[in-house]
Amino acid sequence: MTTQEITKVQELIYTTRVETVMATNVVVVDPSMTMGEVKRLMQEKRISGAPVMRGDTMVGIVSMTDVLDVTEQGLLGDPVTRHMTREVKTILKDSSVLEAVSNLDRQGFARLPVVDQNGRLVGIVTTGTMIRALLREMDISFQKKEAEKLQSYRARHIFQDIVSDDTSVILRFVVAEKDFDNAGKAASAIKKSLQRLGVIPSIVRRVAVAVYEAEMNLVIHTDVGGVITVDVRSRRIKINAVDHGPGIEDVVKVLQPGYSTAPEWIRDMGFGAGMGLANIKRCADVMKLLSGPGSGTRLDIEFLLDNDGSGGRMDASKKT
Amino acid sequence: MTIREVIEVLSGQILVDNHELDNDVPMGGAADLMSDVLAFGTEGMVLMTGLTNPQTVRTAEMAGIEVVVFVRDKTPPPETIALARDLGITLIRTGYTMYEACGRLYNAGLPGRGLVKIENNSW
Ligand SMILES: Nc1ncnc2c1ncn2[C@@H]1O[C@H](COP(=O)(O)OP(=O)(O)O)[C@@H](O)[C@H]1O
Ligand SMILES: [Mg+2]
Repeated sequence: MTTQEITKVQELIYTTRVETVMATNVVVVDPSMTMGEVKRLMQEKRISGAPVMRGDTMVGIVSMTDVLDVTEQGLLGDPVTRHMTREVKTILKDSSVLEAVSNLDRQGFARLPVVDQNGRLVGIVTTGTMIRALLREMDISFQKKEAEKLQSYRARHIFQDIVSDDTSVILRFVVAEKDFDNAGKAASAIKKSLQRLGVIPSIVRRVAVAVYEAEMNLVIHTDVGGVITVDVRSRRIKINAVDHGPGIEDVVKVLQPGYSTAPEWIRDMGFGAGMGLANIKRCADVMKLLSGPGSGTRLDIEFLLDNDGSGGRMDASKKT
Repeated sequence: MTIREVIEVLSGQILVDNHELDNDVPMGGAADLMSDVLAFGTEGMVLMTGLTNPQTVRTAEMAGIEVVVFVRDKTPPPETIALARDLGITLIRTGYTMYEACGRLYNAGLPGRGLVKIENNSW
C-alpha cells in the first residue's frame, strides 16, 4: 500500500458513518427461545451472536460464547434470558466507524447493535462487516480516482514550483480534416490536462465544450485540417485554432445560432446544427474570429481563471 | 431517479456498465444533434439519443454526461462501446422511441432543464 492509500483508509474510518457499514438484515432472538434453539439458529444463519428482542425493545444480547458455555454445562434447555448479557452496549447509526472500531476492540465486544435516535435497532456491526464495507470503498474505481488525484496534485504545483515572471504551459494538437475517428481527441486531452492542472471543474467544462466545437470545425469545414494551441497560465487560458482552409465569407453571419454550411452527411452524424460558434462564444470569456475567403481561419478564445472560481463572469454551469 | 430506475422505466438493457446502479441522475435530455447536447446538456444528465457513432460518447464526455440511452433498440458500433468503456460512460439501450423513452422518464419523475432561450446567444 502506498502512503496515499493508508491516509485514505484513515480518512474513511473517520468520515464513514456506522450506518453505511452495518448489516441491516439483523437476525434477532425471541426471549422465549431456549439456548438450544439459539444454537441451532446461529448455526443455520452462520452468525456468532444476536440481540434478544421483546417486540421493539432490546432486552439483551447472546453470543456463541454463551452457547458454548451452556453446551458444556448441559444447560441447552435453559431460556436464553438466563444466559444472555443484559447490559447491551449499542452504537448510534450516525457515529463514525472509528468509534465503532474502538468500542469493539477496547471493550472486548465482538458485535455492536446499531440504534437510531429513538433507540430502535436498525442494524449490527462486527469487525467483519466493517472490513468488508471499507474494502468495498477502496475498490478499483476508487483507486483509479485516487491515482488521478495524485497526478493532478503534482501537475497543479507547476505554477508554484517553476519560478518565472509568467509561467505558461503550452499544449499543441494537430487536427486532421474529415478524420471522424480521431475527432475530439484533442478536446479530450485538453480536458484531462486542465483537470490535472487543477483548473476548477466549471471552467474545465466550458473549455472542453468550446475546444470540441472548434476541433469539429477544423475536421468538418476544412480540407487541410489545422492546429489547436492551448496556453495555460496561472490567471487565464488562451486557445487558438488555426487553419489554412477555405475561410469564411461573413464572420458575423456564421456566429448566428443555426447558420451552417455543413452538408447533409455531416448532419446525419449529428453535427452541422450551426450552433458551434455560438456555443464557443457563450462558453468563452473572450472570442475573436478572423477569416476571409481563401485565407484560412483563426479562432482565438480566452478564459479567465479566478481563484475564487467565479472566472470573472457568470459561471455557465450555474445558469442551468 | 437512480440509474436502476431509469433502466426499469425504459425496460432497458445495459451495454456498458460504468456506474453503480443506485447512483442518482438529476435530470434527462434528448438530442440527435451534438451541438444541442453541448449547448443544453447539463452535467450529470441522462442523454437520450438515436445517434450511435463514437462522437456521441465524445460529446457526452465534453458535456459532463455520464449516462447515455440509445433509443429504438439501436446497437452502437464496437468503436462506440470501446470509447465508452475507456471514458467511464454508461450506455443503455431501450426499445422505446425517443418520444416514448422521454415521456416515460418524465412521467416517472425525471425532470428536464426547463425553458431555454437562444436569442442573442445568451441561453
Ligand atoms: N474553420 C472553418 N473554416 C471554414 N468555415 C468555417 C470554419 N469554422 C466554421 N465555419 C463556417 O461557419 C459555419 C458555422 O459554424 P458552427 O457555428 O460551428 O456550425 P456548424 O459547424 O454546425 O456548421 C459553418 O457551417 C461553416 O460554414
Ligand atoms: Mg461547428
